[in-house]
Amino acid sequence: MPEPLLQIAGLNAHYRDFQALYGLDMTVAAGEVLAIIGANGAGKTTFMRSISGLIANGSGQVKYQGRDISGLRADEVAALGIALVPEGRQLFRSLSVEENLIIGGQTGRKGPWNLAAVFALFPILKERRAVPATSLSGGQQQMVAIGRALMANPDLILFDEISLGLAPIIIRDIYAALPGIIGEGMSAMIVEQDISKALSVSDRLYCLQEGRISLEGASGAVSRADISRAYFGME
Amino acid sequence: MTMEWVNAIVQGTLLGGLYALFAAGLSLIFGVMRLVNIAHGDLIVMAAYLGLTVVSVLGIHPLLALVLVVPLMAGFGYVLQRAVLNRTLGDDLLPPLLVTFGLSVILQNGLLEVYSADPQKINAGVLETASVSVAGLSLGVLPLLTFAVALAVIWGLQWVFYHTALGRAFRAVSDNQDIAQLMGLNRRHIFGLAMALALGVTAIAGILLGIRTSFDPSIGGGRLIFGFEAVIIGGLGNLWGTLAGGVILGVAQTIGAKIDPGWQLLAGHIAFLVILAIRPNGLFPRISA
Repeated sequence: MPEPLLQIAGLNAHYRDFQALYGLDMTVAAGEVLAIIGANGAGKTTFMRSISGLIANGSGQVKYQGRDISGLRADEVAALGIALVPEGRQLFRSLSVEENLIIGGQTGRKGPWNLAAVFALFPILKERRAVPATSLSGGQQQMVAIGRALMANPDLILFDEISLGLAPIIIRDIYAALPGIIGEGMSAMIVEQDISKALSVSDRLYCLQEGRISLEGASGAVSRADISRAYFGME
Repeated sequence: MTMEWVNAIVQGTLLGGLYALFAAGLSLIFGVMRLVNIAHGDLIVMAAYLGLTVVSVLGIHPLLALVLVVPLMAGFGYVLQRAVLNRTLGDDLLPPLLVTFGLSVILQNGLLEVYSADPQKINAGVLETASVSVAGLSLGVLPLLTFAVALAVIWGLQWVFYHTALGRAFRAVSDNQDIAQLMGLNRRHIFGLAMALALGVTAIAGILLGIRTSFDPSIGGGRLIFGFEAVIIGGLGNLWGTLAGGVILGVAQTIGAKIDPGWQLLAGHIAFLVILAIRPNGLFPRISA
């Protein structure tokens, strides 16, 4: 078996004063798309923050491309090719649409994604490139957030709750665009509340419950009953 | 009679340029990293002394001394930020206040130790007394130059903020430090660069102050207050507003002094308080604190 792109081993993490993750183990192979599901407070966002370096981890808990990145700062992790599309989009409000995208490419990593490629994927952003990013609609802001992460040409892209707060038709459009985005050999982790959406685009899924993995399996093979048991923690 | 009042307003406007230079560094630092630098006034005085030393050792004109003093202060700012101030930044506003207050005490006593308490002045030769006559008003070349420099500095900072990669990084870090970090920006380095830029401006302010009036190690606090007032009057995060704030403060002071020489400082503070009461966010706020 080849070396996994990302290997999580015994990850413990805290959210404020509470322990949010308890000894998580997980692997992501190159080119693989994982869905991470779980109820509110299961630790999904803390998990994303741990991987991307916004939370410092214990030594050896997060390995990426065979290298221990547990103690690295977020900017160092970003330079190695992990990008996060954060929950709630979190665009830079004093930057224009175009500046938000450009700053995503700050790491200078080479690859297929640049301004032109992002504008080709989301043509509306090209039209509105000069306006402040936060003046866009929620769906358009999500496009900027996705484009901003792609600009870093990551090997692993993390999507945290991309459909939260968006209209169903927008969610459909964004999910329709996803295969084109992660089809380029990129690995992805998709944190999502909408389970059927998450299953439709992923190879494997992990369900988190109160900071522990309650279910793991191929997205096509797990049953609805298993998922609701793992999700809610009851029969 | 009318001419005297016009004169007071014009002189006050030019004085406002100097106050805007005091304030620009404060405004920049607060805007980028929400740090209130209590030592800012003492850093201005330190720059004035540095200018004095460079001028007396090398025997060059004080304006030429800027070539040395600006990079020296900028380098000091970067090291100060990386070694000390970055460690104080977090969710709590109190640690940076306490640490910069302590820094202010250290700087004052350090300057006292090295330069003594005797008032000093930077000698700029004819520049100090030269004047031009415009429409019946006699305007000092130095105040005119100071105002022009203030305009240029604020225009320059504005340009850096909105048209360079560094400015983009400043704004991104100011908006959201965590997300900026995710974009590969190391905020500790960005903050260091912001402090370097701010103290570079402070160097200019300090030397112009030292040419204009005599100074001693104790006057930093007063310069800090003027800077603060200009920033607050203009509105947080708006550099052109800071210039307007400096001008309003300067004009209030000269008009106060015109009514009664003892009222100069009082009139400035009253103008500040009145504006704070009417517009608590200042005249042209750009960011919410």
